[in-house]
Amino acid sequence: MKRGFSIIVSLVLLLTLALTGCGGGTKETGESGNQKSSGNTGNNILHVNNSSEPGSLHPAKSQGTHDSWPLRHLFVGLTMKEPKGNTGDFEIKGAMAKDGWKISPDKKTYTFELRDGLKWSNGDPLTAHDFEYAWKYALNPATASEYAYQLYYIQGAEQYNSSKEKDPAKLKALEDKVAVKAKDDKTLVVTLVNPTPYFDELVSFYTYFPVNKKVQEQNPNWANEAKTFVSNGPFKLTEWKHKDSMKMVKNENYFEKDRIKLAGIDWTMVESENTAWQMYRSGQLDLSYPLPGDVVGQLKAQNAPDFKIVPEYATYFYRFNTQKKPFTNVKVRKALTMAIDRKTITESIAQGGQKPAFALVAEGSKDANGKDDFRQVGGDYFKEDVTEAKKLLAEGLKEEGMDKMPKFNIMYNNNDLHKRIAEAIQEMWRNNLGVDVGIENVEFQVKIDREHKLDYDVARAGWIADFIDPMTFVDMFTSVSTQNDTGWKSQAYDAEVNQAKKSSNAEVRMAAMHKAEDIIMKDMPILPIYFYTKAYTLKENVTGVFTPPDEYPVLKYAKFVDEKDKKNKEKQ
Amino acid sequence: MLRYTLQRLGWALLTLWVVVTLTFSLMHLIPGNPFAKEGNMPPGVFENLMKYYNLDQPLYVQYWLYLKSLLALDFGPSLKSSTITVNDYISEGFPVSLHLGLQALLIGVTLGIILGVIAALYHNRFPDYLSMILAIIGISVPNFILATVFINYVAVEWGWLPAATWGTWKHTILPSLALAAMPMAFIARLMRSSMLEVLSQDYIKTAKAKGLARNVVIIRHTLRNAILPVVTVLGIITANLVTGSFVIEHIFGIPGMGEMFVKGIFNRDYPVILGSTVFYSAILIFLIFLVDVMYTWIDPRIKVAGGSK
Repeated sequence: MKRGFSIIVSLVLLLTLALTGCGGGTKETGESGNQKSSGNTGNNILHVNNSSEPGSLHPAKSQGTHDSWPLRHLFVGLTMKEPKGNTGDFEIKGAMAKDGWKISPDKKTYTFELRDGLKWSNGDPLTAHDFEYAWKYALNPATASEYAYQLYYIQGAEQYNSSKEKDPAKLKALEDKVAVKAKDDKTLVVTLVNPTPYFDELVSFYTYFPVNKKVQEQNPNWANEAKTFVSNGPFKLTEWKHKDSMKMVKNENYFEKDRIKLAGIDWTMVESENTAWQMYRSGQLDLSYPLPGDVVGQLKAQNAPDFKIVPEYATYFYRFNTQKKPFTNVKVRKALTMAIDRKTITESIAQGGQKPAFALVAEGSKDANGKDDFRQVGGDYFKEDVTEAKKLLAEGLKEEGMDKMPKFNIMYNNNDLHKRIAEAIQEMWRNNLGVDVGIENVEFQVKIDREHKLDYDVARAGWIADFIDPMTFVDMFTSVSTQNDTGWKSQAYDAEVNQAKKSSNAEVRMAAMHKAEDIIMKDMPILPIYFYTKAYTLKENVTGVFTPPDEYPVLKYAKFVDEKDKKNKEKQ
Repeated sequence: MLRYTLQRLGWALLTLWVVVTLTFSLMHLIPGNPFAKEGNMPPGVFENLMKYYNLDQPLYVQYWLYLKSLLALDFGPSLKSSTITVNDYISEGFPVSLHLGLQALLIGVTLGIILGVIAALYHNRFPDYLSMILAIIGISVPNFILATVFINYVAVEWGWLPAATWGTWKHTILPSLALAAMPMAFIARLMRSSMLEVLSQDYIKTAKAKGLARNVVIIRHTLRNAILPVVTVLGIITANLVTGSFVIEHIFGIPGMGEMFVKGIFNRDYPVILGSTVFYSAILIFLIFLVDVMYTWIDPRIKVAGGSK
């Protein structure tokens, strides 16, 4: 009797625990995300989560979003993105440089004039020499900057950065050939290898940020701790507990300090997306990005008022190993591309409002006329059509002398979303084409390694643009690109990309990039799946967060609105 | 005792050298490169990076350089951070993990022993079943589920404690509890079976027959003998707890050193892999030594080898 009782008790207890455990999981997303609709208004400090310790906050050493998100709030470049409306649209405006910089008739030489009275956060005057110094420092081979290639647009930059020269004098000569020169304290002259219409935007990128020459020469490790940190942006770093948190306060020396309404930003470094989301719900954070996948779906379904989806200039796609049979055959690649249902993937799996992709270049960049989207002008390159796909597959296999599609694998890097998408595509190919597909989960580093060695069949990939121009996408698949990894090479494609790179005429450039896209989508070494979006939550008492399609949310113009004011306005 | 300690120290150094050599060879055997990424990587940039971190040197040179810097107690730079070195990782992360681990250890060991003792004393009665149910839950429910449940209810729904991050003592409660569950359950079960065994020994009967008070019998005669197996596992449990739990630190956003073990491998961050392995081995060796010494103190029958009387 006793024993029976204890078994019942234990079962009940276990069941309760299991139920509360599961309940916890669904309930957390079951309610609307704004359990506490307002964040920490009191001290005018915005609370956000950077997901990880930045690898570096030195403009020359930074790379990746965990570095660049805080960095972009500490520094500002020659130009910056100025929001236009609420859609994430922007125009490029002078920041450290006065508007109206001069571009030579061949579009290769830029002359920037700096604003008057610019200062670093420590009060030092900021001059054109700081820019020249910073860019050359990033290019110095001894700096070993991972993002140095972002400066390769400048004449002499690549030669200097990739030099193996050991003789200091000769290395100095190469450095002097880098075509960036501070003519005086206020004037910076840059000469480019090719005309680069998006160079205006590039100089707002973080590798192009200035570095205080005096500080760097006195203390090369200035960027490692808050107390020695000197910057020129809207905020300055006042506390940095490594792997724990950062505190930034408004920089009173910022050139547009009156536009900055926040007193500061507090950053945590919590890696778990789920935990960050819970912190947002409990009021510890004002903004939550990135969100866990299932939360995005739930919030979208509920139309939560604090939930936002904005476009991102990025494409999710699969690579084919075009050196491996039968993926050597374009008809086989086309058949596989046409036989998946992208709408199901975006609506039932990714769930973040992503758009099915039928081309390489994502939505979000303007075409030659400056109005229409490049994607709209280019249109879709193929349709999903299972009957046609079956026909193509049979023809393709015949051409390769095979009677059946051999079993092959989709390789993806360890991540829940990638896994679910790979499983869906596996199922779609199995049902639609009757082919036997496996899925292979590998570590990220292993995936990259095997892609470089063409040791795969089909591999997952994604590309998030560094700057807003179709070039960021088409440049990936030239014969010389280190990102190609498909074994596919086309001289015609290379020629179009090169023409787009060399031309200063917008029409010629865009036409060449459209042609390049025609070529790659005809040969289909890649299988486009969808164009990304950014989904985030923001407490309802915060406004002014700006979301350009190629950056994490920009917080510098954010401000808290008074709850009472807001309610009054709503009543009126 | 001194001779014994020195002897153990010699063995410890030898073990560490073997660990370094094995780890060094194994980590260079796994595929992948620390600088591989989805984006563009021009050969010039890649070579600059390899040179900067001496990875362009032949492996035996790298091995030699590493051993040399290790002798100077320098674990080298992290390939993924230009702001914190592996030494910083340890010196900043270890105190946090130690703090959390010791709190969890205290909770786990105290509750574990109490539960185990209660279970043994009320053998096959209700308190026994209750304790063992708790122990089964502690062992079978993974700590990340406990952590998630804690965060969801205690922090978000009820708002009693902060959901995550590390700051005040309030921040330490939930992760300590989540981390303590497993060792508590393990120790409770171990303590129970060990107590039961001791309770059936003749000398306990003798003690009872001599008319000693129940408390005296339990505390002086039973507990002291029954606790030995717990002390044996304590070394490993402590080493695991104080060097940080990747899962718990990840979920609660705690800046400990638990992530070193996982992220080092994941990023192919060679110095971090080596640093974490060497540090963990050193802690483990030290704790095992401590456990051996504790035996002699608890059980007078055990003498350390070569120890003086």
